[in-house]
Amino acid sequence: MTRQRGDVVVETRGLCMHFGGVRAVDEVDFTLFDRELRCLIGPNGAGKSTFFKCLTGQLTPTAGDVMIRGQAMTGAEPFEIASLGVGIKTQVPNVFDGLSAEENIWISARRWHDDRRARTLTAETIERLRLGDIRRTQLGRLAHGQRQWVELGMVVAAEPWLVLLDEPAAGMTHEETYRTAELIEEINKTAALIVVEHDMQFIRMISRQVTLFHEGGILMEDTMDAISADKRAREVYLGHRA
Amino acid sequence: MDLVAAIGFQLAYVIANLALISLGLAIIFGMMRVINLAHGEFLMLGGYTVVVATNAGVNVWVAMLILAPLVVGIIGVIVERVLIRWLYGRMVDTLLATWGLSLLLVGLVTSIFGASTATTVSPPLGVIRFGNYSASGYELFLILITIALFFLVWLTLRFTKLGLLARGTMQNAEMASSLGVSTNRIYMITFGLGAAVSGLAGGLLAPMTGVLPTIGATYIAKAFITVISGGSAILAGTTAGSILLGGLNGIFSFVVGSTFGEIALLLAAIVLLRLMPRGITGRFFRKSL
Amino acid sequence: MNSSLLRQMRSTFFFALLGVVFMFAAPQVLQLFTIINLTTAIALAVLALSLALIWGYGGILCFGQVAFFGLGAYVYTISAINFGGSTWAVLMAVLVTSAFAAALGYFIFYGRVSDVYLGVITLTVTLIFFSLIRRTSGPEYKIGNALLGGFNGVSSPPINLPWDSGSFLFPEHVFYVAMAVLILCYVFVGWLVNTKFGRVCVAIRENELRAELLGYDTRLYKLGIFTIGAGIAALGGVLFCNGVGRITPDVFSLYNAALTIIWVIVGGRGTLIGPIGATFALFYLTSALGGQSLLNNNLVLGIILIIFVLLVPKGVAPTVVDWIASRRKKTPRRARRRRGARAEGME
Repeated sequence: MTRQRGDVVVETRGLCMHFGGVRAVDEVDFTLFDRELRCLIGPNGAGKSTFFKCLTGQLTPTAGDVMIRGQAMTGAEPFEIASLGVGIKTQVPNVFDGLSAEENIWISARRWHDDRRARTLTAETIERLRLGDIRRTQLGRLAHGQRQWVELGMVVAAEPWLVLLDEPAAGMTHEETYRTAELIEEINKTAALIVVEHDMQFIRMISRQVTLFHEGGILMEDTMDAISADKRAREVYLGHRA
Repeated sequence: MDLVAAIGFQLAYVIANLALISLGLAIIFGMMRVINLAHGEFLMLGGYTVVVATNAGVNVWVAMLILAPLVVGIIGVIVERVLIRWLYGRMVDTLLATWGLSLLLVGLVTSIFGASTATTVSPPLGVIRFGNYSASGYELFLILITIALFFLVWLTLRFTKLGLLARGTMQNAEMASSLGVSTNRIYMITFGLGAAVSGLAGGLLAPMTGVLPTIGATYIAKAFITVISGGSAILAGTTAGSILLGGLNGIFSFVVGSTFGEIALLLAAIVLLRLMPRGITGRFFRKSL
Repeated sequence: MNSSLLRQMRSTFFFALLGVVFMFAAPQVLQLFTIINLTTAIALAVLALSLALIWGYGGILCFGQVAFFGLGAYVYTISAINFGGSTWAVLMAVLVTSAFAAALGYFIFYGRVSDVYLGVITLTVTLIFFSLIRRTSGPEYKIGNALLGGFNGVSSPPINLPWDSGSFLFPEHVFYVAMAVLILCYVFVGWLVNTKFGRVCVAIRENELRAELLGYDTRLYKLGIFTIGAGIAALGGVLFCNGVGRITPDVFSLYNAALTIIWVIVGGRGTLIGPIGATFALFYLTSALGGQSLLNNNLVLGIILIIFVLLVPKGVAPTVVDWIASRRKKTPRRARRRRGARAEGME
């Protein structure tokens, strides 16, 4: 089933996130192996973004456990999770608007390295993501897609071994989406990834294994082709979109 | 027994006093998410209205209960139109602008009336007795009128069309405006009403405290911590905050002295916010008004 | 990155040098009365600098910076009376104030109190100090040998030479000390905001969640910058009570709290020299207004604050920088270089 079987890097057991009476995430058991690239899909309100926020520490789960590389991280602060070497990109671009692209990426690299190494890494990242033209521009003045790219740059510059991306292709042009897919493939050479996405075309570009969320739980886990062929999956998700 | 009654009365007065000076601020904060730093000056203006009116021969009750809220309410509406409405959604700028307004009002009143205490109004009503202890009848009146005022605000919020609209706007301004409710006008009226309540409170307290241009500063700290400790539910929050903080203040004042009462009040508020950053009603009684 | 650090520090050194020149030139040309007055303005400028750091760079909306200033002055005065010398008293002032700020900051930042509440809480703390100390007029309110004196305040022993507690500094010497403290604090803060710590603080100001997601414990950074800012404010307080000769609870008044905010708003958030300059300008404006009775100080400051919030929200220094930059853009050959430099200089 999975192509890359390695150590388990992310594991949730009976994870629940309830808001009042709403069970946004309900009893989710989830496993991600090292170097795996996993997409989370599902209709709006299926719970994938809430699940994502529980993984990244933005929400404290109502019940259940989150383990990252065997360490219990349930209810940890976002910085504690990031400090394990986890790179995170949120749904809404979260960048430092008043700073330049270069400074944004430097702040990320500087978390792990001394100033010289951080500067080298920043330069490399800018090269790699082709941000040279906008490196001195204040982020607040950039277009949505470019800001997304800088955020990806911040994730990459930290050299993470686990990357969590919430809708990385949202609001990007076709060309940008294609490049994002390429970048994700590249990141995957050194890191495991979880990607929450809506864009089916994009998922087809990058996906190997897909987890389909429905009504707060995991409906099925399989390849994209298998999921597209599955009747239940088409009903809850693909059918909705048609 | 008499002592207990006297202490109980004093405690009730401290709590009512806190609730009275905070209500106007709570209305504006709860409905509009605007923290009005000129709140103390609205109270001050209420006090001056009473002093000026009684000096001109107006009956003191008319001055306190009708003129003070009316004058300050009108000032509130003007302030909303001229200053506040440009800054909705920018909480920090609103804070700063209302602070500027606070300085401006202090300066204006000082220029007109001078920096020292204006002619005071003596508290009407006499003395009430608990056996060997006595208390001012006016304090009893203030407790009662605070309760009445809260009841009136509750009625307004609960049963009038304005209250319904205001609650709607308070929960979701965008949705309310898409339903055709003119949020603009509601904000104006809310701000005016909040100011009027502050004016009334300032007027009622004028006989107890005297009036000074800078008297707002003594009210505003207490009003803030009461409202913020209480949380955003207007009535439940102000009531809870007043009872908790006023109660602590009263008890500590009685046991170790009034200076320590103030310290206890502040410490309680800071610890409370560490435990409940959204105030008491952010944690409990969430659905309340 | 490196060139931006140099550039930023270059302007810091430039203004510091100007300060040194002023420090030695002023007593030669100005009268003693003016020098004594200036000492007070310098003390206030240190306070403005501390708020410029924590609000302008740290994004912490502290409405009660003057509380740390006043607390520093009181701790200095009380310690100096008890110790019979000023050296340890200065140290006590900075340490006690920083410790107080750290404790307060712990509750605020670890409770994740949002910025608007933070402003109100710090302001409240200031006003409580105001009303508390005003009540301490009785003989029972004393710390060691120092009577607190209620609203009359306490007279502050002047600073003495560190090695001789008998030789007090004369007012013109206090001026030198004050100016030196201001320049040193200015260079220190100018350096601090360019260190990793300072840059992370700016990043947190820009987007706290993003900083967290990069693995920075934002609560700790905010607590750090808040505590450092309080320590600097305390130094300002020490200079202030030396310049005035006594310290009274009026230092904690709503008016003074507002004044501190106004310096930073007028000077501009995100710069250091702006708020310092605004402090001197407004100090002389209010002194000049104090001589007449037509326009009240409160009234004028209120109008200034409202005008700046509505019309010049960035403050004077950043507005001037933008204006110069936009003028220079008109020269095409230099435009590219300028634009690059400007983006770097933005902090």
